[in-house]
Amino acid sequence: MDVVVDPGLEHQAERARSRQGFLMGLPAIIYLFVFFVIPLGFVVMYSFATRTRTGRTELAGWNLEAYERLGEAVVRAVAFRSLWIAAVTTLLSLVLAYPLAYFISTRRPATRNMLLVGVMIPFWSNFLIRTYAWRVLLDSDGIFTRIMSGVGLGDGRILFTNNAVILGLVYGYLPFMVLPLYAAIERIDWSLVEGARDLYASGWSAFRRVVWPLSKPGVIAGSILVFVPSFGAYVTPAILGGNKKGLMGSYIVDQFMDARNGPLGSSLSVLVLVVMLMGTLIYFRQGGRSL
Amino acid sequence: MSVAVGLQGVTKHFGGVVAVDNLDLDIHDGEFFSLLGPSGCGKTTTLRMVAGLELPTAGSVQIHGEEMGIRPPNKRPVNTVFQSYALFPHMDVARNVGFGLEMRKVDKAERENLVAWAINLVEMGGMAHRKPGQLSGGQQQRVALARALVNRPEVLLLDEPLGALDLKLRQQMQHELKELQREVGITFVYVTHDQEEAVTMSDRIGVMHDGRLLQVDTPETIYEHPTTRFVADFIGQTNFLEATVAAADEVVLANGDRLRLSTEHSGGTPVAVTVRPERLTVHGRGEAPGGTHRLDGVVDSVIYMGNAINYSISVDWMHLDVRCPATLAGDRKYVGDEVTVSFDPDHASVVIG
Repeated sequence: MDVVVDPGLEHQAERARSRQGFLMGLPAIIYLFVFFVIPLGFVVMYSFATRTRTGRTELAGWNLEAYERLGEAVVRAVAFRSLWIAAVTTLLSLVLAYPLAYFISTRRPATRNMLLVGVMIPFWSNFLIRTYAWRVLLDSDGIFTRIMSGVGLGDGRILFTNNAVILGLVYGYLPFMVLPLYAAIERIDWSLVEGARDLYASGWSAFRRVVWPLSKPGVIAGSILVFVPSFGAYVTPAILGGNKKGLMGSYIVDQFMDARNGPLGSSLSVLVLVVMLMGTLIYFRQGGRSL
Repeated sequence: MSVAVGLQGVTKHFGGVVAVDNLDLDIHDGEFFSLLGPSGCGKTTTLRMVAGLELPTAGSVQIHGEEMGIRPPNKRPVNTVFQSYALFPHMDVARNVGFGLEMRKVDKAERENLVAWAINLVEMGGMAHRKPGQLSGGQQQRVALARALVNRPEVLLLDEPLGALDLKLRQQMQHELKELQREVGITFVYVTHDQEEAVTMSDRIGVMHDGRLLQVDTPETIYEHPTTRFVADFIGQTNFLEATVAAADEVVLANGDRLRLSTEHSGGTPVAVTVRPERLTVHGRGEAPGGTHRLDGVVDSVIYMGNAINYSISVDWMHLDVRCPATLAGDRKYVGDEVTVSFDPDHASVVIG
């Protein structure tokens, strides 16, 4: 007997496959849509809206004024200061994290896991609390200050300076640098280094010509993971920087709270988003893998 | 003949494990030398100590008479073809091949010439700008060879370089490697667990077992006159006739037969007499020629192989494997036939272990 499979059935099966998991993912999808996508839409909408004299935001008279104001000297200064601080934070994190990641990934597997857990231990307590702890340490009679002046490294009073902000940011985001670096270095086939050494490369040359280029995906991933949140950081500059000099995060809050300029606050937020998005795009373009 | 690689008392411990145990070996200049043994026998560790990738726990490694000591790999006049090839995935074929020259600061024009020469030598012309990931296993293997040979090392170390290739490619590469070695005249030290590979390619073979070097000889001598039971068993098929040394030139088989065979082992030492299956001949009972040693038995099984016939023959105290060239039907024996198996004592060896 001839068995004829209805082509419609096959088509149905394919369609079912393309929907696989959709229902199970639905709660999360709804959640993200309501609490993330819609508010984001509001922010974008606000950035084109009009600010009334009383500081209300009127969803009418759509214009680009808030974006034009991004070119103002004050805003530019804030943006560049944030970029600078984010860049320094990223570089310092990289310099600190690379040797650590290299060290961890060359240990035996059991030791490796222990060290990785160690790197993540700070996450077990709240970021805000930890940042306040830094404030205590950096206080004019805090331990940090006393040690610094004790060993003759200036008077050690760095609280409420950019340096304190960078210190806090490096502290907070270092694990985000260590983990992707570890993942990248750990993947490198050690026989490649032996191959390089066998082909007359010194230890340093073998690192520069083999290990470093092959760990680049980790460098890029880590740098983006540190740079992006540093650029938009709010808590750390607020607590350790004292907000004496405006940074992107606090400047945006100021626009909504004090200056009551919703459209400018929104356009600034969109700017931060675009910077972050570009960072993420670079990451994926480099063939980066999610961690 | 000058010595390319000289090992004296070389020992390597990993933690409490002895990987290489007091190894003495001279590898001659220009020879194709194989270190042969099962996995874990210490052959790769020995090679890595020559390369400088491991440092010996004790002993001396010399290359052309020069003590290597703790000299790092980049300061040794040797290059290695790794089992995994270890090609740099982020560099194309030409950059890979030129890496060693670049590290030694050979100037660009000369470097390009040498790289082109090496790429052609391994018949990879036209592939210079491919990345290793775009090459097949066999092609990667050729690049790894070119990358090592381009430096004209005094000694080329090869760590199971054909292990990852399929059988046909492996046989082809065996032939090509041998040709290549003749062409460039560089001493090859070749590590393998494949006895056939070692026998077909090598000028001399060193058989290793449990960190010790059991026998170093030409493939013919290793095959025809093994000195230990392990070597006899590891290389090809063989029969072991349990025996005891009676005098310097006489052993007594388990059935009481006396056999004139020279041995350096003292009287009373338990040994075995080993005879390859193709060195045994089968005759009708009592028809075996004089001057040979004869054992009476019964045919247990017959396997026709096309170019040969394999018999299993039971003599009252053991089984013997015999391989006869396939001849016309007249000479053929059948299961249950009463036969006499004979061999020339010159084709037998006394082994210990």
